[in-house]
Amino acid sequence: MHISEGVLSGPVLLAGAALAAAGTGVGLKKLAPDQIARTAMLAGAFFVASLVHVPLGPTSVHLLLNGLVGLLLGWPAFPAILVGLILQAVFFQFGGLTALGVNTLIMALPAVIGYGLFSRFLKGPRAGALAAAFGCGFLAVLLGGVVAGLALTFSGEHFLNVALALILAHLPVMILEGGMTALCVGFLRRVQPGLLPGRPSVEVR
Amino acid sequence: MLPEPAVAAGKATRGWIDPRVRLAAALVYSGATAVWQKPESIAAALGFALGLAVFFRLAPGPVLRRLFAVNGLLALLWLILPFSLPGETLLQLGPLAASREGLLLALRITLKSNALLLALLALVAPLPFPSAGHALHRLGVPGKFVQLLLLTWRYLALLEQEFGRLRRAAALRGFRPRTDLHTYRTFAWLLGMLLVRAVDRAERVRRAMLCRGFQGVFFSLQEFRLNGRSLGFAAAVAAAVAACAVLEFGG
Repeated sequence: MHISEGVLSGPVLLAGAALAAAGTGVGLKKLAPDQIARTAMLAGAFFVASLVHVPLGPTSVHLLLNGLVGLLLGWPAFPAILVGLILQAVFFQFGGLTALGVNTLIMALPAVIGYGLFSRFLKGPRAGALAAAFGCGFLAVLLGGVVAGLALTFSGEHFLNVALALILAHLPVMILEGGMTALCVGFLRRVQPGLLPGRPSVEVR
Repeated sequence: MLPEPAVAAGKATRGWIDPRVRLAAALVYSGATAVWQKPESIAAALGFALGLAVFFRLAPGPVLRRLFAVNGLLALLWLILPFSLPGETLLQLGPLAASREGLLLALRITLKSNALLLALLALVAPLPFPSAGHALHRLGVPGKFVQLLLLTWRYLALLEQEFGRLRRAAALRGFRPRTDLHTYRTFAWLLGMLLVRAVDRAERVRRAMLCRGFQGVFFSLQEFRLNGRSLGFAAAVAAAVAACAVLEFGG
């Protein structure tokens, strides 16, 4: 889910760039030099995974995975997602330079919010952890849709319908993302709990 | 699956232009073009972007393919906007009325998108990725961020191979993607495995970096020379942007 170039108005692009820059600044501050390699590698892994088409009924969709990015990275999700979008713009010319800020905000702000709300449950009891992961994946797409909708509506009121349609059309994707995030967190709890944030309340290993 | 940027848009030509100038020109041009509202100024900006594409001798084939893909999406806007925006009716199709305002908006967005895409393909895409990163650093982007960008770029192809290997292994065991829980669980576990291996590798990379004396500072050894011809190019871009601004705000 991202907004193409040429659609948004100047002030919206500027505000998006400023907010994305602020978020990236915080993310970089919280990123210990020791963690740069890990963050880069995870950013690359998410980039690769998001290229895959996952079947959904008669069509197929790309995964966004921003909820999971948030859960694993926290605030550094901002620079990691910005890096992913820059690579996407240079390799595939998706999104483009001017919409970079807004598109970073669309994906990274929900990721960080999801991290703040849900990350503390991931090492708790299994059912709670999976529910939290589902909630994070679901909410990340929903909030992304809301940010995208706001950006469109502030650019022109006639985009309000487009924005609402955009959010509604993403409902199946929200459920899919929630489910994928929950399944993946369930996998990581069993295979590599050290990857998940927080201190374990029960030793899962 | 991942095209090399240089392949995507032809070889990096006009190597005598300082990469910093190319990046700064792309930022200034794109930022300005995104603001233009009048069709005249946007059209002028598109004309300049076409000039850039010719100047940098972009291969027409790949460029046309990119433009085609983007304009396919824009065609949707031409179908929606004229009929959803109120205004002076230009064309009546049964109960649907195409408005002049809607058509103008669709035209504006289309011209803008093409101009921005062409400029990106001409100025940024052909740059070798590492020197683009170092140029960003010299332009004031924090070293930590550039390091993140370059390391991600460095390991992208490798992670893609890794993921391909996992997917082929699954396919050999008879995995066929469908719309069911089994498919989603398999994809989620493949992704989880990719993340586990990525973090394992990151730990090895971290240790290798420490062995080479990494202390958290990003050093850029590449030298950039702001030669006269680069300055000339920068002046040409600035003049073009200024000309568009005159079309936009003057008269």
